[in-house]
Amino acid sequence: MDTLDLRTFKCKKRRTFPLGLNFCSNLGEGKYVIEGKETMTATMDEHQEGTSRRNFLYISTGAFASVGAAAVIWPFVDQMNPDASQKALASIEVDIAPVTVGQAITVLWRGKPVFIRHRGAPEIEDAGKVDVSGLKDPQKDSERTKKPEWLIMVGICTHLGCVPNGQKSGDVKGDYNGWFCPCHGSHYDTSGRIRKGPAPLNLEVPEYSFLSDTKVKIG
Amino acid sequence: MSIKRTLASFAVVLTVFGGIGMAGAADKAGEHHDKSHVERQNWSFSGLLGSYDKAQLKRGFTVYSEVCSACHGMNLLSWRNLMEEGGPEFTKDELKALLAEKEVPAEPNDEGLTHSDEDGSRLMRKALFTDRMLSPYANDKAAMAANGGALPPDLSVMAKARGIPHAADNSEASAWYAAPFYGLMEYAGWIGGTLKDIATQYQEGGADYIYALMTTYADEAPAGVDVGDKSFNHVFPGNAISMAAPLGTFETGADADKEANKELDAKSRDVSAFLMWASEPHLNARKNLGLKVLIYLIILSGLMYAVKRTIWAGVKH
Amino acid sequence: MGHHESNYEPKWDIAKWFDERLPVARMVSDQFIVFPTPRNLNYWWTMGMVLFFFLIIQLITGIILAMHYIPHADMAFNSVEHIMRDVNWGWLLRNMHSNGASFFFIAVYIHILRGMYYGSYKAPREILWLVGVVIYIMMMAAAFMGYVLPWGQMSFWGATVITNLFSAIPIVGDSITQFLWGAYAVSQPTLNRFYSLHYLVPMLLVAFVFIHVWALHVVGSNNPEGLSVKSSDDTLPFHPYFTMKDMYMSVVFLTIYAFFVFYMGNYMGHPDNFIRANPVVTPAHIVPEWYFLPFYAVLRAIPDKLGGVIAMFGAIMVVAVLPWLDRNPIRSLRYRPKARLFFWLFVIVAMLLGFLGAKPAEGWYVTASRILTAYWFIYFLVIVPLLSKMETTNRRMPGSITDAVLNNH
Repeated sequence: MDTLDLRTFKCKKRRTFPLGLNFCSNLGEGKYVIEGKETMTATMDEHQEGTSRRNFLYISTGAFASVGAAAVIWPFVDQMNPDASQKALASIEVDIAPVTVGQAITVLWRGKPVFIRHRGAPEIEDAGKVDVSGLKDPQKDSERTKKPEWLIMVGICTHLGCVPNGQKSGDVKGDYNGWFCPCHGSHYDTSGRIRKGPAPLNLEVPEYSFLSDTKVKIG
Repeated sequence: MSIKRTLASFAVVLTVFGGIGMAGAADKAGEHHDKSHVERQNWSFSGLLGSYDKAQLKRGFTVYSEVCSACHGMNLLSWRNLMEEGGPEFTKDELKALLAEKEVPAEPNDEGLTHSDEDGSRLMRKALFTDRMLSPYANDKAAMAANGGALPPDLSVMAKARGIPHAADNSEASAWYAAPFYGLMEYAGWIGGTLKDIATQYQEGGADYIYALMTTYADEAPAGVDVGDKSFNHVFPGNAISMAAPLGTFETGADADKEANKELDAKSRDVSAFLMWASEPHLNARKNLGLKVLIYLIILSGLMYAVKRTIWAGVKH
Repeated sequence: MGHHESNYEPKWDIAKWFDERLPVARMVSDQFIVFPTPRNLNYWWTMGMVLFFFLIIQLITGIILAMHYIPHADMAFNSVEHIMRDVNWGWLLRNMHSNGASFFFIAVYIHILRGMYYGSYKAPREILWLVGVVIYIMMMAAAFMGYVLPWGQMSFWGATVITNLFSAIPIVGDSITQFLWGAYAVSQPTLNRFYSLHYLVPMLLVAFVFIHVWALHVVGSNNPEGLSVKSSDDTLPFHPYFTMKDMYMSVVFLTIYAFFVFYMGNYMGHPDNFIRANPVVTPAHIVPEWYFLPFYAVLRAIPDKLGGVIAMFGAIMVVAVLPWLDRNPIRSLRYRPKARLFFWLFVIVAMLLGFLGAKPAEGWYVTASRILTAYWFIYFLVIVPLLSKMETTNRRMPGSITDAVLNNH
């Protein structure tokens, strides 16, 4: 088969296409001659007007198609976001009456563990007297609780998402007698604040409210 | 274009539509023994611009909760769906009021019990927005036991799980020499039905069927038809249906209560629309976006054709 | 791939550096930009690109659906409804996938019939044709297993009927069906493996598409005249001429496809598939998806179990050996009026078989299916070989593609 090398055609009408490709429109009008290395830019000026009209058509079609292609991407991406059933996951109501002073329970809310701790006076005192200005994530204990005896927070280490120890009586509670994350050694105090280790923030306090003295609604 | 080429193109167009037609017929073949005719109704949600009538969906929900839900559940729907966009769109407060009296079986309590120690009754808790619209029965066996052996089906996708045929089957041609004629007639009817469905974007077969089912109960089976202790319905396959007329039957005769008849018709229509929404909760969004996409693609086709023409201009091919 | 000389010249040093190590840009340039393509290709030749589009759509939407679907007998049905109801844009993605399969088949049937009409299967394109048949069979396998996944009544009973085809094999039939099921009936293990295979088959299909394109680029496209390319006058560079023509047709297809996706998403499915699979109740009338209907009609036309199965598979396989049944040197039916007549008769018969496949197997439907099935086999095994010996010359035939183009218009 002959080599089809468009740059060597004798060209009467030059045509410009996207991707920098130039072709002869007289390709179909019968014979064309292969003439060594002669290029085909000679007649460009004659067709300047037609060329710009064509360019407008090409560019507007390309732009129009690109807008559609870009819009199509969104559903394919957005489908990975939490779906309607996840977003609608209800708040939970927890009965805290059985939790005595010094005890803690863990409940599951939106797939995450929530620590509910019934703190005693010494713990509250410890948490309250800390000079917050020296903390990595300065927060007063009073900002973190609605009732000082109940500490409610999401039990997920703010470092890389492990669940810290300290809920059960026999657990290692870390240097500040609160919670200790065994994954990378973060120490939290009795208010759930980060005191030592790689975690950047205090344990998160979720939205909650007391429905009564013994009922709390999380979320 | 020569006549031959026109004919060839025509044949190919028939091929393509025939292919889609096969789908259409395959669709409806399930009801082939049923000779009763299901009428196509006018629905607010049919066609390119169709959308649900919120008020109708609310009325339909009322029928569902007052009548249907006594035996049927809709376990693919959660209560929250009732306030979502494109549905009946109850407000949060309305939904709260609806759920005020609603109770659902509780999860095992702290002692691991699901039934009361004292009287053995099922422990219940208040229904939440995220709870499913469950069947009143604990399980299928209980439902069957309570309904004389018949299982009231879940209604979540009922409007998608029923359809109506667009061309009747007739496998009994009278004589062998007539068969090709019948065949071609039936084939033509089939292609025609498909084209009609496409032209009207017909997807409401389920709603039409449910409406027909609700409105074609007979007080008594016609002479010579024995339905036992079941009811007679004109559009139900086999006619003998275990469900007694849930919304009643039309009164006939001179002293017929016209208001009651009207109400039966309206309720049937509303509950059909509601079940359609339950099957296709995103219909509004779908049709809305669809129109935009179609307009976009038609313009793009035009532009692409212009570009193609420009590029090929002067090139004989 | 194609053995025309490369004229790719990297413009930048980095491109040159890359080209010497991995000449991807050169391949794209040679095969998809300057690739010499017969200038007289008509719109029937645009299906390749359309199919490529739909393959991509199926792969992307399929991967996405797999993120949300659960292949468990108790949960599959609900997970599909979960996709349709709760997943963001799930209704769109699922409608795209289920209707994408139908459009894939519409395009592939046009593609196959175009190949038959213009003799694209003849030398030197036999391998190209065979690879195409393999792709078609893979499509059928993928489509069948995909249809099982929603675990509705048609899924379940379709799977039961199709896997039972293998029980027709003497002696080992029952062992094979149990092997396919992983149980004594279609059940959880079946669903789980079909899910896995539904993901695997398209990957193999992509590999075969590459081989198909490779084989195409070795010998070049056939064309409506059925003449071989004789000089560079006969061809045009693939880009922009055919890229644009193909893209235009792809957008037209996408428009019709969008109409179905947005407005008639369930039209090509079956209402019974919105009824949960029930192993103790068979639907009144089982029908496969529309693209299998002609073969389903062939299966039911034969009153014998094994015979029906053989006839059904034979109806597909006979297409594969077409290059050896038709040895006529004239490729295009444009220059074979008799063969053309029988070809169109075949198309009509295939259509009617599809129609009958959707009808109950009773009365004249069965009689008609038998007559039409007979034509299917007679066409391939008798008419085509006989006609192959006739019509071997045609004085209207032009000398070259260029001649044809310049004289016809």
